[in-house]
Amino acid sequence: MPKLKVDGIEVEVPPGATVLQACEAVGVEVPRFCYHEKLSIAGNCRMCLVEMEKSPKPIASCAMPAADNMVIKTDTPMVKKARNGVMEFLLINHPLDCPICDQGGECDLQDQAMAYGRDHSRYGEGKRAVKDKNMGPLVKTIMTRCIHCTRCIRFANEIAGVEELGATGRGEDMEITTYLEKALDSELSANIIDLCPVGALTSKPYAFNARPWELRKTESIDVMDALGSNIRIDTRGAEVMRVLPRLNEAVNEEWISDKTRFACDGLKRQRLDRPYVRRQGKLVEATWDEAFLAIRQRLAGVAGGRVAAIAGDLACAESMVALKDLMAALESPHIDCRQDGAKLGAGVRAGYVFNTTIAGIEQADAILLIGTNPRWEAPLVNARIRKRYLAGGLKVGVIGESLDLTYKHQHLGAGPDTLTELAAGRHGFAEVLRSARHPMLIVGQGALARPDGAAVLSAARALAETFGMIKEGWNGFNVLHTAAARVGGLDLGLVPAEGGRDVAGILEGASTGAIEVVFLLGADEIDMSRLGGTFVIYQGHHGDAGAHRADVILPGAAYTEKNATYVNTEGRVQIARIATFPPGEAREDWKILRALSDVIGRKLPYDTLADVRKRLAQVNPVFARAEALAPAVWTGFGTAGSMTSQPFASPVRNFYMTDPISRASKTMAECTEVFVKAKQSAGKTGTHG
Amino acid sequence: MSAASHGPAPEQPASFDFTAENMERAKRIIAKYPQGRQQSAVIPLLDLAQRQHGWVTNAIIEKVAQILELAPIRVREVATFYTMFNMRPVGRHHVQICTTTPCWLRGSDDIVAACSKALGIGLGETTADGQFTLGEVECLGACVNAPMMQIGDAYYEDLDAASTVRILDDLKAGRKPKPGPQVARQTSAPISGLTTLKGNGSS
Amino acid sequence: MLRDADRIFTNLYGQQDWGLEGARKRGDWDGTKELIAKGRDWIVEQVKASDLRGRGGAGFSTGMKWSFMPKKSDGRPHYLVVNADEGEPGTCKDRDILRHDPHKLIEGCLLTCVGIGAHAAYIYIRGEFYGEWSNMQRAIDQAYDAGLVGKNACGTGYDFDIYLHRGAGAYICGEETALIESLEGKKGQPRLKPPFPAFCGLYGCPTTVNNVETIAVVPAILRRGGAWFAALGRPKNTGTKIFCISGHVNNPCNVEEEMGIPLKELIERHAGGVRGGWDNLLAVIPGGSSMPVLPKSICDTVLMDFDSLRDVKSALGTAAVIVMDKSTDIIRAFARLAAFYKHESCGQCTPCREGTGWMYRMLTRMQKGEATQADIDMLDDVTKQIEGHTICAFGDGAAWPVMGFLRHFRPEIEKRIAARTQRAAAE
Repeated sequence: MPKLKVDGIEVEVPPGATVLQACEAVGVEVPRFCYHEKLSIAGNCRMCLVEMEKSPKPIASCAMPAADNMVIKTDTPMVKKARNGVMEFLLINHPLDCPICDQGGECDLQDQAMAYGRDHSRYGEGKRAVKDKNMGPLVKTIMTRCIHCTRCIRFANEIAGVEELGATGRGEDMEITTYLEKALDSELSANIIDLCPVGALTSKPYAFNARPWELRKTESIDVMDALGSNIRIDTRGAEVMRVLPRLNEAVNEEWISDKTRFACDGLKRQRLDRPYVRRQGKLVEATWDEAFLAIRQRLAGVAGGRVAAIAGDLACAESMVALKDLMAALESPHIDCRQDGAKLGAGVRAGYVFNTTIAGIEQADAILLIGTNPRWEAPLVNARIRKRYLAGGLKVGVIGESLDLTYKHQHLGAGPDTLTELAAGRHGFAEVLRSARHPMLIVGQGALARPDGAAVLSAARALAETFGMIKEGWNGFNVLHTAAARVGGLDLGLVPAEGGRDVAGILEGASTGAIEVVFLLGADEIDMSRLGGTFVIYQGHHGDAGAHRADVILPGAAYTEKNATYVNTEGRVQIARIATFPPGEAREDWKILRALSDVIGRKLPYDTLADVRKRLAQVNPVFARAEALAPAVWTGFGTAGSMTSQPFASPVRNFYMTDPISRASKTMAECTEVFVKAKQSAGKTGTHG
Repeated sequence: MSAASHGPAPEQPASFDFTAENMERAKRIIAKYPQGRQQSAVIPLLDLAQRQHGWVTNAIIEKVAQILELAPIRVREVATFYTMFNMRPVGRHHVQICTTTPCWLRGSDDIVAACSKALGIGLGETTADGQFTLGEVECLGACVNAPMMQIGDAYYEDLDAASTVRILDDLKAGRKPKPGPQVARQTSAPISGLTTLKGNGSS
Repeated sequence: MLRDADRIFTNLYGQQDWGLEGARKRGDWDGTKELIAKGRDWIVEQVKASDLRGRGGAGFSTGMKWSFMPKKSDGRPHYLVVNADEGEPGTCKDRDILRHDPHKLIEGCLLTCVGIGAHAAYIYIRGEFYGEWSNMQRAIDQAYDAGLVGKNACGTGYDFDIYLHRGAGAYICGEETALIESLEGKKGQPRLKPPFPAFCGLYGCPTTVNNVETIAVVPAILRRGGAWFAALGRPKNTGTKIFCISGHVNNPCNVEEEMGIPLKELIERHAGGVRGGWDNLLAVIPGGSSMPVLPKSICDTVLMDFDSLRDVKSALGTAAVIVMDKSTDIIRAFARLAAFYKHESCGQCTPCREGTGWMYRMLTRMQKGEATQADIDMLDDVTKQIEGHTICAFGDGAAWPVMGFLRHFRPEIEKRIAARTQRAAAE
């Protein structure tokens, strides 16, 4: 633990800490452009120069390891002069286009220039102009503004794991570009917009849309995958202008996926903003009363056993508990939250969550991926695995599709047969797992959402136990979900009650007429054609598959439009906050169910959000502890059985379009064209290696 | 050579392959570096490819990247960083005149003018017949033999306008001019005769 | 004047065979096995005793540098990397060693490697030196064939490999960490220090980087003794040195001389004097283009060694003497140098990337008199904003020539400005 002095204050820092970190530890702010905590140290901007006793020259604090007895000064004339000089150099070739720059108001260069810049420029020579580069549909470039900090290059190389960005040429002619200006092909590409300290890389979809000071900022939770990335939703009036990451080291660190960031334009399109009722085969606009009445009429006299409900992948816990209570009130056992038919039970939590935790990945030394493509199912889980990989000493084995995961791995086989071989110790990777200190496995929905899913789950469980993945202080068994609603749904027990039908059973019942009424709570991923002649109530926010099939549409709220609880794949309960109101007649979802329950004479016993939350905690105490994550108890789950030889395949076939919101997004459609379709026509699918 | 022109040339051949002989050379080059450090061979391989093709094309970059298991952008960074790589086609004779201060002090302006006149092109240009490209170059490390120019791999030193034109004429005529000092002088020794190592002639 | 008997580079001009046979006649590879047998510590001690300072420009004690290498390997191999990326304007001394005395360098590499516990040396030679590369490579092949290097080098049981690696045109690769990056197949962008190469250099292994001339004098030092070398020149400024005398002299040349020779004597004795006589001298850059220029008044008496030149706010650098007589447009001379630094800046760090271009543009204007007094002050400011603020010494090397120029020749710019102002007024 080196002990040093910064501006006269003694400070002790962990070994390996830099002088800059020591400065921060005593609360001394050090300006910087190239330095970023999550990236390797470049030391190139020279803004963080500080004075070190016995050194004739100022030192770059970001790159200098803190050492015992160092005496650092950050407020001397030498430091001030050095930083002023660097600032002047940064500005001489930086255009004076702040008034038309999207970075304006949140620009590091602008901010630092206030502290270290001159009030006028001494530079009378011609300024450098740099040709803008194409980086694809998400990142807009204005390269004349670039200050060559190389954060974007380091992000692409290190975090995203796509070596596509570089700096060509040299000296003042050096330019940042992708190889031959190809679109930056990473699910995390747009994080370079946040990283760029100036306006060289800005958001293409958001270009010239708003100024930061016009925006209302709401801290919330993402639902585009099951990770529950912490986000900030910036709104102006009723419009979501942009989504940005919020730091949460345990979940998304400070990154978000491109879908999390850019699917938000889908919130403005194909919205269900008023109730509809199908009359003479056509959906016609209706009032809430008319819609509820239509439902009451259809339900009249129908036995509970002929009514079913399916909760979709974006449903919040509040609406799901209301749906569950409503179905119980109707005496229907037919309820399910597993649209994809994943063979996961609701009983044992350790059997359906990501027990190791996302941050826990950094402790693992061997990882087995079973039927999952984390790069597309949860890009930040993948990034965490890559982070662990870069730290060295990690071995990764994959059973499933052959993929480009951005880290080296061994492809062990395609399906359950390999799982069996591995369990029997007949596969070389068995030794890797056996000798690992912290082995973990990640089983994806591609392995579970299939007829033999229960047997696969059971085999995975056995594997975890055989290879020492379950021990004191370590649980290496992990389920990676793709749906933001899923863990919450399982926590609330949205699975068939005694004698109830699951999704497949409901669809079967619907096609035979055994089920007469189906309630779809944002469920769009099922095969609508199998609903036969059932009466379909669709509650949701987008005119997607469910709404098209519906007989009554109840317009609900998207994730940005309600105070709602989600449980991520780790089992972490997180609260999303309302950023804008739902459009038109649309309402928060639990309120719709509560209102409907009243109309049909099964009034649910809660009137306020607090009441609903109390009810959540009553159903499952995990909901009483938002943010906290307690290890789940390891007890029996899964049903041993025979597995087929059918290879595992990830359910995500196009990262950019996985739900009604991203399917409605123009930006995601563009990404699909550029990143998915182009490769498909070239004979490859997405990340498939 | 200006580093400013590091964007890819507009006309790019579709593919590149090393000749069998050069592929063997490439393998020997790669073997000079420790296992797993084959990236070290990127400059030598680009040079080898440029010698084969004349300039560094996108296809060359991709081929070298493929051989060395590197991302193409890494190879492109290298190709555009070092001035000896021609990112655009050059003439058969690449005439590069050193104009850095030591050569300039001894008349490199005259050499540039002589070349320009003899070839009918300016700096950075190529003759219509594709025989000559004329360029300026930074210090080539032959300063006591200034002014000098490099054509291909050869240094021509202690130039004046007349000897420069003679060299170009020789090349035009398909002759091979003698490299080195163009005055009566032993390499870097004083022209007036030795001041040291006098008993050292041809022992 | 240095006695021929004390000269190390006896084939400096290539009058004799540069190959193995010629080298042996000149005393190379004589008793190398016995030198190696004296062991690592002895080798380092002798080099320390010689007070040899690096010949690449910085003048750091070579023995000290070697002693930074780990005494025992932690499993990582050690490397010697020889900097043959000679490119400092005015400098062409290593070229003569590479093409005319390659075996001195090879033998020096072997002995140095024993001294630093390395079994492999890479010589990084600038790509433009094609003929020099060719001679060097053939000499290496000869050494391998003769069993002087390779497995059981010189029959000592010491395994030693030596490789030649060509650069491709980048002055910055003369900076040792840029050179390492380049050797690893990357852009030549200097690394942050610490860690220093002796701890983490080539391929992340302990590495010593030395200049060609430094390594090439090692065999002579070991053969004749560190004391012999130390007795030449002045204390702390010992030995012989190859000087390159270019520019406005009657007979530009390279010459090996004793360290500490007066500049005037060097020019007059070996280079035939300043064109038009000593009184026609305007200025001299004494150590390659990165070192501050000296006006005639200082040149009259200054000695050519590290400390003497430091005392007059310049430096010995590579000992490349660039002479400018009174016909010189000295503003243009420095504007052209500024163009060189702008062209060669790697672009990695801000002060150098932005500052070199700014200096160049200002000097270009000043050359035409298109400037003001305030511009001169601003130029001075800019040099100070670069100096000491960059990742590597290139920034200093770009700033110092301009600083020296302003220190001694500011009135030239003022005259130029005045002349233009007058012309403008007259028109």
